[in-house]
Amino acid sequence: MGLTLTEKILARAAGRDRVVPGENVWVNADLLMTHDVCGPGTIGVFKKEFGATARVWNPEKIVLIPDHYIFTADERANRNVDILREFAQEQGIRYFYDIVDRANFKANPDYKGVCHIALAQEGHTRPGEVLFGTDSHTCNAGAFGQFATGIGNTDAAFVMGTGKLLLKVPATMRFTFHGEMPPYLLAKDLILHAIGDIGVAGANYRALEIDGDTIARMSMEERMTLCNMAIEAGGKNATIAPDEVTFDYVRQRTAQAFVPLYADGDASYHSHRHYDVSRLEPVVAKPHSPDNRATVREVAGRKIDRVYIGSCTGGKLTDFLHAAQLLKGQQVKVPTYLVPATQKVYDDLHATQIDGMTLADIFTNAGCFEPAAPSCAACLGGPKDTFGRLNEPEVCVSTTNRNFPGRMGNKQAQIYLASPYTAAASALAGTIADPRDYL
Amino acid sequence: MAAVVRGKVFVVDDNIDTDQIIPAEYLTLVPSKPEEYEKLGSYALVGLPDRYGQFVADGAIKTEYPIVIAGENFGCGSSREHAPIALGAAGVQAVVAQSYARIFFRNCAATGELYPCESQERLCEGFATGEEAILDLEALTLTKTATGEVFALAPLGDVKPVIDAGGLFAYARQTGMIGAPIS
Repeated sequence: MGLTLTEKILARAAGRDRVVPGENVWVNADLLMTHDVCGPGTIGVFKKEFGATARVWNPEKIVLIPDHYIFTADERANRNVDILREFAQEQGIRYFYDIVDRANFKANPDYKGVCHIALAQEGHTRPGEVLFGTDSHTCNAGAFGQFATGIGNTDAAFVMGTGKLLLKVPATMRFTFHGEMPPYLLAKDLILHAIGDIGVAGANYRALEIDGDTIARMSMEERMTLCNMAIEAGGKNATIAPDEVTFDYVRQRTAQAFVPLYADGDASYHSHRHYDVSRLEPVVAKPHSPDNRATVREVAGRKIDRVYIGSCTGGKLTDFLHAAQLLKGQQVKVPTYLVPATQKVYDDLHATQIDGMTLADIFTNAGCFEPAAPSCAACLGGPKDTFGRLNEPEVCVSTTNRNFPGRMGNKQAQIYLASPYTAAASALAGTIADPRDYL
Repeated sequence: MAAVVRGKVFVVDDNIDTDQIIPAEYLTLVPSKPEEYEKLGSYALVGLPDRYGQFVADGAIKTEYPIVIAGENFGCGSSREHAPIALGAAGVQAVVAQSYARIFFRNCAATGELYPCESQERLCEGFATGEEAILDLEALTLTKTATGEVFALAPLGDVKPVIDAGGLFAYARQTGMIGAPIS
C-alpha cells in the first residue's frame, strides 16, 4: 500500500520508509515560524525549559514575523515586538522581519506583514519540507506541497530547542476538483463549499489532500486560499502536490534547494470527495461558523454595514485584483476596508493596473478607504484601536477565514465569510450580493 | 494534579472556539510571564455569548467552576496556547467534552494545564451550570453529586503518558530526548 503526500513527507522527516495514520513519530522540522502574539510566550517557555543561556537549534531555520498587533498604541503589543527583536539579536536569528517605525510602515524595508503570505513571498515555503508555526493558519503553506501545521507555544519552544516534534500521523481526506472554473467562482467558494460539506470538525485530526485538473490550472495564491482554511474544518494540514506552477513561484524567491515529494498512486485515503466546479455557485459562510454555508443567492439582499478585504486568506494581490474587477468605475455603498496582507501586496496595489489605472486608484475612486498598513488587522479583532475592527454589533462581509462570535471584535457582530468577488459585489450593493450580477 | 476533582460545573455546547475561550484582544498577555498568566485567567471564556453566564466574576481572578462540560469540537479555531492556559489559570482542572479540536487537545497535553477528558456520551444537556460533580480521573467517571448518576469517560489514550509526565518537556526528559535546563 502506498503513502499519501502527508505520509510521504512525515516519513522522510522521521527518517522512516513509511508511517501509518495514528502512530506517533518524532519528526525533524525544516522551519519554525512564530509571530508577535505567540513568539514572546514561546521564547519564555524556551528559556525556562532549556535555560537562560540556551541557544536555538538553528538560527537559520527560525523565522520571526511581527504581524498581528503592530499599528496600535497598546503598550503590551508594542513590547511583544521588542521581545522578538531582543531574542533575534541575542540568538542571531537570520530571518526577522522587523518593524521599528510604526508611524510609517514604509520606512521599514524589512517589515513584511501577515506571516503566512510573507513566508511564501520570501521563499520559505518549499515542497517536501516540514514547517511548524505558532498559528493555526500555518496550513496555508501546504499549497506548496509542504507539511505545514499550527502548534502552541510549548510545542514551538520544544522545536526551537531541538528541531523536532512528536506528531501523530493523520489519516488523509482527499478532495478532487474537476472542471473549468466559472468566471464568477474563486478558490474561496470551493473551500467554503468543502467546509460546508464536512463541517468545522469534519477533518479533525486529519490531513487534506487537494487535487484535480481545476487545481492544476490555479495560481499559487488561489491554492493558498484553499489550504489556508483547512483548519476551519479542523484539519491538521492540507497539501497540494507541487508542479511547475509551484516550482516557478518558489524558484523566483529562493535559491535554496528542495526535494519535492508526491503521493503514491496506490495511496490509502480516509475518504475521497469529488467536485465538479462548473456546477458550484458562489457561497458564503453565515454567522457564526465557517461551515454555516449558504449560496449567495439564498442570502442576497440582506443589509450589511461594511465590507472587509484582507488577511492571509483574502488579502493577497490576486484577491484585490478580483475585487478591483468589480469595483472599477463603480461606487461602494458601505464603508469598505482594504488591508493588504504584506508590504509587497501594498506596493503591488500601487503598481498593478487594470486598463491603465492602479488598483489603489480604482479602490479610492470607488469610495473605499485607502489600503491600510499591512497586518492581520481586524481579521481577529485585536486591540480596540485596530484598523477595521468591529467595535459595534455590525454586519460585515469579509474575505477572512473565521466568523465565530466576537472574532472581529464585537460579540454580536455578524460576519459573512465570502470570496473577494462576493465581497466587492456586496460593497456595491450595500447588501449581500451575487457577483454574477456585477461581473 | 489531583486524581479526583470536586466542584461546580460550567456548561457550554458545541464548537466553542478559541476566540470565545480567550478573545484575541487579550493575546497581548504573555502566558510565560507569571502576572500576565494570572490575568489571562481572569478573562477565561469572556468571549462566550452572554446567555452562558459569567465564568469569572467581575474583579475576580479565579473561577468558581473547576470543571467545564462541553459538547463537540471544544477549542476549535486558533492554535493559541493562551486558550488552555486561560482556563488553567482561572482554576479549571478539567474539561469534559464530547470531542476536541486537535490543537487545543494537544496544547492541554503539552502544557499540562488541564485534563482534556472525553465523555462517552453527550453531557452538555444533562448538566446545568452550577451543579456539583465529582470527576475521577482514575476511574474515568463523572458523577452528578445531587443524583448520583455516573457517566463514563474515554481513556486518554496515547497522550496519557505525556500528561502523566507533566507535559511535553517532562515527557521528553523522562524518555531521554532532552536533558535538564542549562543555567
